[in-house]
Amino acid sequence: MTPQGSEDAVVSFHEVGKVYDDEGLRVTAVKNVSFDIPRKRFAMIVGPSGSGKTTLLNLVGCIDIPTSGRLEVCGQDMGALDDRALTDFRSKNVAFVFQSFNLFPVLTAYENVEYPLLLLGIGGAERRTRTLSMLDSVGLADKGGHRPNQLSGGQKQRVAIARALVKNPALVLADEPTANLDTHTGAEIIALMRKAQREHAASFVFSTHDPQLISHADETFVLRDGELFDHRAREAS
Amino acid sequence: MFLKIAFRNILRNGRRSLMTLLAIAVGGIAIVLFGEFVGFVQASLETNAVQNVGHLTVFRRGFFDYGAGDPAGFGIANYEEVTGLVENDPEIRPFLDVITPTVSLSGVIGNFEIDTSKTFLGTGYVPEDREKMQRWDEHGVAQRRVLQDSGLRADDESRGVVGVGLARVLGLCAPLHIADCPARPAPTTWVAPNAGSAPDVPREGVDNDAAAGAKADVPRLDMLAATANGAPNVMSLYVTRAEPQGARELDDNVVVMSFTLAQKLLYGRGEHQATGLVLQLHRTEDLARVRGRLEALFRAHGLDLEVRDFAERQPFYRQAVGMFSAIFLFIALIMGVIVLFTVVNTMGTSVVERTSEIGTARAMGLRRTGVRRLFVLEGSILGAFGATAGVATGQIVAMAFNRAGATWTPPGSAAPVPLEVLTAHAGGLLAGVWVGLVVMATIAAVVPANRAARLQVVDALRHV
Repeated sequence: MTPQGSEDAVVSFHEVGKVYDDEGLRVTAVKNVSFDIPRKRFAMIVGPSGSGKTTLLNLVGCIDIPTSGRLEVCGQDMGALDDRALTDFRSKNVAFVFQSFNLFPVLTAYENVEYPLLLLGIGGAERRTRTLSMLDSVGLADKGGHRPNQLSGGQKQRVAIARALVKNPALVLADEPTANLDTHTGAEIIALMRKAQREHAASFVFSTHDPQLISHADETFVLRDGELFDHRAREAS
Repeated sequence: MFLKIAFRNILRNGRRSLMTLLAIAVGGIAIVLFGEFVGFVQASLETNAVQNVGHLTVFRRGFFDYGAGDPAGFGIANYEEVTGLVENDPEIRPFLDVITPTVSLSGVIGNFEIDTSKTFLGTGYVPEDREKMQRWDEHGVAQRRVLQDSGLRADDESRGVVGVGLARVLGLCAPLHIADCPARPAPTTWVAPNAGSAPDVPREGVDNDAAAGAKADVPRLDMLAATANGAPNVMSLYVTRAEPQGARELDDNVVVMSFTLAQKLLYGRGEHQATGLVLQLHRTEDLARVRGRLEALFRAHGLDLEVRDFAERQPFYRQAVGMFSAIFLFIALIMGVIVLFTVVNTMGTSVVERTSEIGTARAMGLRRTGVRRLFVLEGSILGAFGATAGVATGQIVAMAFNRAGATWTPPGSAAPVPLEVLTAHAGGLLAGVWVGLVVMATIAAVVPANRAARLQVVDALRHV
């Protein structure tokens, strides 16, 4: 395991806990976990349903905040940021690939990929270059004008990957990215993400049940009942 | 991009957006039509008032409050000098259309052929000035009205006009060919033995009955009034026609005669004066400016005169304008509330449907203000399209309505008048309605937009 607080870590958990208050019922989703996720790796958070995988991924993605402990993402203490700063932090550093793709239905594939660049305030010419290049790299150069409802599941996920990578984020989070795809398409998507991870030198963190995806893991964090149960690392190739 | 997203989101649920646009448009049509109708009513009232009593009237101080009881005692003796002073003032002249002396008086008028008499309220006008005044139509609302003969003659001071009601009472329906005039029932009261002859009152004025033979076909009435020195005076009036007055009370009492006849009736052989100097301006908006100048002019020349505007002389004008304005405001408010709730409902449903998208956008780095801006923009666009449709359709319907040539008898009116809506000068109203609807739709979108902006990203992403 990467030493706690290492400069090589893209995410550092320090006694991080998360408790939900569901109408008076306190549910502990994550129990004081402490570990690092190394940079530029294909990291998987795995575990049975209810083990806290998604909560942990939400915390890493800065869309949820811990109720205790300290969480550092890309060297930034999340506790020190207010909502606006967290949003801006996400915009620059974190990207998401969702199980249900979550493409904007009113935008074309091109516009969906362009959207994060717009949020970053990148100018029109550069936006166009990067968007076209990214669509090309996921094999959808000819599908830019299609709306999501005109694309297959695999194509939608490719657009989602292009949308995630177009802003060159330090961290890409993917929640069950192959769950809605058939085995063949899932394999293609995994290969595409692996290729993208290498090309963009990004850190990928997955939450998954998919054995096919888990087999590609550089780092595997096994959660059980909100606690880190096991960690396996593959030597960097 | 935000504009593009907003547009596409509106088109996404076309039927719902269309219903919202229709609600806004119907609201817009209603406000435009009623607003233009109110505009027409106000302009008609103003035009009527200005045609009859001008914009401003100069009285001797005290006449306005007490003159009705003693018109001769509150006359303007040097009215010709005052007229010259006003006419030649360089600050007033550019705005002035007509300045004319008038005499207001009251008395008894009778048709002694049928032994009937009644009190009357009379006004004496310079015939050609009255004709010119009655052509005033700044707002273009009198275009459909046929400009009738004023009934006064510059070459025959004995000619005059009476209200339709007064003509009926005095038995002039048949001679004046008045339509819808019920036949006069046979009198059941005592009939004077000398019925058919004028009362035995000494005529102090100059006899104006010299040409009676030449006017045998024109009905004659006799007017009795008290002169300035208190003596009774009688003058004959040859009634050219009966004129609806717009209000029953006036219709039953009004007598319009020539200025010189009124002077003779009121002042007899004494010094002939005017009880008022009427000023008609080219435009009503210059009223306050001219009034101020007149008051300054009279002060500077030590003249004991006061100035009253047409709204003071005809309180009904102000009351009617106030009432119609209040009704318009009420209707506009109701329409505004309908638009508000419709847009709130539409945008609220849209927020619920797009919760997951809101979560995705927020996760990608869209700030809360960005979410808020997007939904407010959608509300504004809905408002802009609905308002444009409503205002344009309202104006087209209004123009079509005007072409239909409808008439109506407004409250207090003695005769039907054209029923129109004021489309010619409605630019301000149309712009106001458009802006109002867009603002209302935008405000309505703020509530659901805030709800969308406050969504927690995790909860929004979890939404199915």
